Amino acid sequence: MRRVVITGLGAVSPLGSGAAQLLEALCQGRNGITRVPHLAGIGGLRSQVAGLVQAIDPQKIPRKYRRSMSPMSIYAILACQEALTQAELTPAHCASGQMGVAIGSTVGSPQATQGFFEDFLRSRSLDRMKSTLFFKIMNHSCAANIAQALEITGRVLAPSSACSTSCQAIGYGYEMIACGKQDFMLCGGADEFHPLTAATFDIMNAASFRFNERPQQTPRPFDRDRDGVVCAEGSGVLLLESLEAARKRQATILGEIIGFATLSDPTHIAHPDAAAIERCMRAALQDGGVAPEAIDYVNAHATATEQGDIAECEAIHRIFGENTPVSSFKGHLGHALAASGALELAAVVGMLNRTCLIPTLNLENVDPRCAQIRHVRQVANANLNTVIKNNFALGGVNSSLVLRRYEDD
Amino acid sequence: MTDAEIIALINISLTEEFELKMEDLKPEALLFDDLELDSLDIVDMVVVLESAFQFKIREEESIRQIRTLGDIHNFVINKKNALLN
Repeated sequence: MRRVVITGLGAVSPLGSGAAQLLEALCQGRNGITRVPHLAGIGGLRSQVAGLVQAIDPQKIPRKYRRSMSPMSIYAILACQEALTQAELTPAHCASGQMGVAIGSTVGSPQATQGFFEDFLRSRSLDRMKSTLFFKIMNHSCAANIAQALEITGRVLAPSSACSTSCQAIGYGYEMIACGKQDFMLCGGADEFHPLTAATFDIMNAASFRFNERPQQTPRPFDRDRDGVVCAEGSGVLLLESLEAARKRQATILGEIIGFATLSDPTHIAHPDAAAIERCMRAALQDGGVAPEAIDYVNAHATATEQGDIAECEAIHRIFGENTPVSSFKGHLGHALAASGALELAAVVGMLNRTCLIPTLNLENVDPRCAQIRHVRQVANANLNTVIKNNFALGGVNSSLVLRRYEDD
Repeated sequence: MTDAEIIALINISLTEEFELKMEDLKPEALLFDDLELDSLDIVDMVVVLESAFQFKIREEESIRQIRTLGDIHNFVINKKNALLN
């Protein structure tokens, strides 16, 4: 199996555009959540906060490609362009057949779907349907639009597993490169905000609404006063590459993926289970040939739901005990669903290279049921070598990635 | 509507839909080669024109002969006139 390294990062998030800006914002303890006024007018929706992408310029994308993109594809293409630029990969690499795409979303564009059905249900007519509608609402909208816009000729994969999407995409991309099927993979996820997303969690009593007047104070992973998920939008992308290819072109290597696991948890479609989470993390460690003692940091999924936070803490404690630092970035970013794993992993790669630990934002009073692990409470210097990153999805789809600082050995 | 008003409405509609520059909208402009539209755009152009002029043209055979912006102008003017008669 070939070794797989990271040579490019891309991020579009509520904390701005750019992976470096994301890392800086996280280090500064900034929160990207705002009150969204139009949510107040939606009957039955209690959560009125979200993490929305601000100030991007879609006009940079030629109309020929942009016409088939909904916001999520626009976020994704901007993130891909950033990753390719950082990796110093060219259109020739994209067209080589050795570049693939593994980028998914939770669903096709909910905004485009709403637009169509608003007209269709009113008029019972298809007269105003545009030819580009399908390309926005199909499940592989982001992956296909990226491949088209960047003229990528290798494999196109669009994993879709809600909150596990981009963790899976990175894992599948890692495996494709490790197996020698592709040399380069743009991996990650994207989602655009829609009230339906917030409602999905709200109806299950898993969305934050008690902080509608204080959006900066939510979500609150692991905190005694947390009240649930805050939905967000954006895109995170990692450019994965075979070590062989990276060395050959003398690329700057940002980190190495060494292990991946994704396992189904059939105990319940909506309730996280500590034993299933533990199995997934252990499988990723085994895949990477890494003992739990070698892990220097755990980047938790921790969305600030009671069940999820407690189950994850329990699983982390069983494997890593009480001394391994743990934090979640949901307190800064909210939960960008399909984008969350790649956005968070991009920041983790930044942590590896900056030798720092980023704490869980809004964690003021640790829930006693989450107190058995070592929470990162403030920015600290740390010489991180090997870390594990979790993402878990509704539907019982768990995933974990193990990565380490690259060493030229 | 006068012919000039029809042409103006067509040009504004196409400018908005396809982000074209008004100065490029010369009657002799070829839709594919000069205005860089393609087959998907032509489908949407029909939708835009049907909406702007409140008529149905999707099934009209003569629409397939359109090559230039001037062809569109003439097609719509003829269609409007035919509907009046």
